[in-house]
Amino acid sequence: MNVSVKFCGIDFPNPTVLASGYLGVTGASLANCINNGAGGVTGKTLFMEPRPGHPNPTVLTFPGGLINAVGLCGEGIKNGIHEFKKFREMAPDAPLIGSIAGKNLKELIEVAEIMDTYPVDMIELNLSCPNVDDEMGRPIACDPLMTRDAIKAVRKVVKKPISAKLSPNVQNIGIVAKNAENEGADAITAVNTMGPGMLIDIKMRRPILSNKVGGVSGMALHPIAVRCVYDIYKAVQIPIIATGGIMNGKDAIEMILAGGSLLGIGCAITANDLNCFTMITDKIREYMKEEGFTDISEMVGLAHEI
Amino acid sequence: MLVFKIKKVIDEAPDVKSYVIEHKLNAKPGQFVMVWMPGVDEVPMSIGLQTDTEFTLSIAKAGDCTALMHEKLSVGDKIGIRGPFGKPFTFEGKKNIVLVGGGCGTPPMLNLAQVATAKGIKTTVLLGGRTSEHLLFEKTFKELGCEIKVATDDGSKGHKGYVTDLLKKELEKGEVDCVYTCGPELMMVTVARLAQDFNIPSQVSLERFMKCGFGICGQCCIDGTGLRVCKDGPVFDGEIALKHQEFGKYKRDSAGLMIGLDGCALDKNL
Repeated sequence: MNVSVKFCGIDFPNPTVLASGYLGVTGASLANCINNGAGGVTGKTLFMEPRPGHPNPTVLTFPGGLINAVGLCGEGIKNGIHEFKKFREMAPDAPLIGSIAGKNLKELIEVAEIMDTYPVDMIELNLSCPNVDDEMGRPIACDPLMTRDAIKAVRKVVKKPISAKLSPNVQNIGIVAKNAENEGADAITAVNTMGPGMLIDIKMRRPILSNKVGGVSGMALHPIAVRCVYDIYKAVQIPIIATGGIMNGKDAIEMILAGGSLLGIGCAITANDLNCFTMITDKIREYMKEEGFTDISEMVGLAHEI
Repeated sequence: MLVFKIKKVIDEAPDVKSYVIEHKLNAKPGQFVMVWMPGVDEVPMSIGLQTDTEFTLSIAKAGDCTALMHEKLSVGDKIGIRGPFGKPFTFEGKKNIVLVGGGCGTPPMLNLAQVATAKGIKTTVLLGGRTSEHLLFEKTFKELGCEIKVATDDGSKGHKGYVTDLLKKELEKGEVDCVYTCGPELMMVTVARLAQDFNIPSQVSLERFMKCGFGICGQCCIDGTGLRVCKDGPVFDGEIALKHQEFGKYKRDSAGLMIGLDGCALDKNL
């Protein structure tokens, strides 16, 4: 059984990829995920300048998964080079995706130009964080035309493969994905968190997150993410990093059948810690054996053949 | 999130207050909780004394949030608690242990002493502080049946000098089978190195900026291995801690930028 994936020319030994925002603050932490079985990793989203993010509480669990308003903290693209170098020392050949964003299109282009020179295999454009609306307005990925313009502009300055990370909070995600493809995106990462949502503590009688609202992920997001991946697979030819509430092997297989080639993993860490990467890959192998598949690529998008 | 009313506030020392909460927390020594003060912040805090009905948070004024806690929190006020989180101190098979507490790192030593003495483990506590006023919980450690030795910077009580001088003397006796420490990081580096020199295991409790508290956000990962202080720690074997290039050298702020242990900008030559 072959579970390795060739994705935009990059060799992933297995389909699990640490999703952006999880354990991506330092290069050593990303390498630790590789050592624990991740097929690849995505760094934390970087802007031009360092950002402290929102004050705590920023990350909370609830019975449906996670809600977070970390607020895109990060050390800034220029300081970030140390972490990518550290990662490369510790994991020379492992696939590394650099995630970037900008306060506006001009900044996004500048950050993209810098990231293109870094030792990353692919660049993910985070067009879809729902936690910074007050500061930056609606996410780019919530508007098909803004998405088109962003991909077009970044494509001009970036040689490395680009994946557009999309938001589930849209009317028709297929159109957004198609626009990204038309302007030269090499892949789609779907999806970012949904919402925003809110949790209120009944004894304190106030929202718990300091930002009041935050993106919802985990089990609550999963069925929505599956539908988004399904719709995107129908709309475009480029491959998909399917992300959203993959907690176990069954969820992962569901995402592959919907059309995902790689699997973004995050919330599963809360359930099985860093073993989750190996557990998910093992479960996929077991399924392939039971169902008679020899290569994982044979399974991608099979839910569409009905 | 659990929300509790503060039952009692105790002034322990200059800039250290204990907040007693009526709740059976069931934390193991060395674990921590995230303490939420609405509208201000949520910070990791080690757990002090615990009983079947109460637990205590002994909080040193160390930053904006803890300063506000000291100023605003009184009996009857509500605070939020998440946890307990993290790997605790372990003492299976130990018979004769030494605890080294420095300043605001002393509270988790108190909980450790509680459990260790209840198991019949011979427990010696070495306390350090700037002056005799800054020595924390001396009386409580004594009541638990620990042997106490103290060191002060100004010599106002006990040995004049570092608490680690006292540790060296203890280790020279050759009867100790594990050393536990929590306090200023440079002190913990010295403790771990001394224990290593004497070929005795040690356990240190690290502190880093945290967000989630349960091992997913990556804010508290330490350079060398990328291990998470909140999930793989906060208690680490001293030998393992010493292998981390950042132990005793630097930490990270909320943005993930490397800063000095004193919170100031990092010397670029490090």
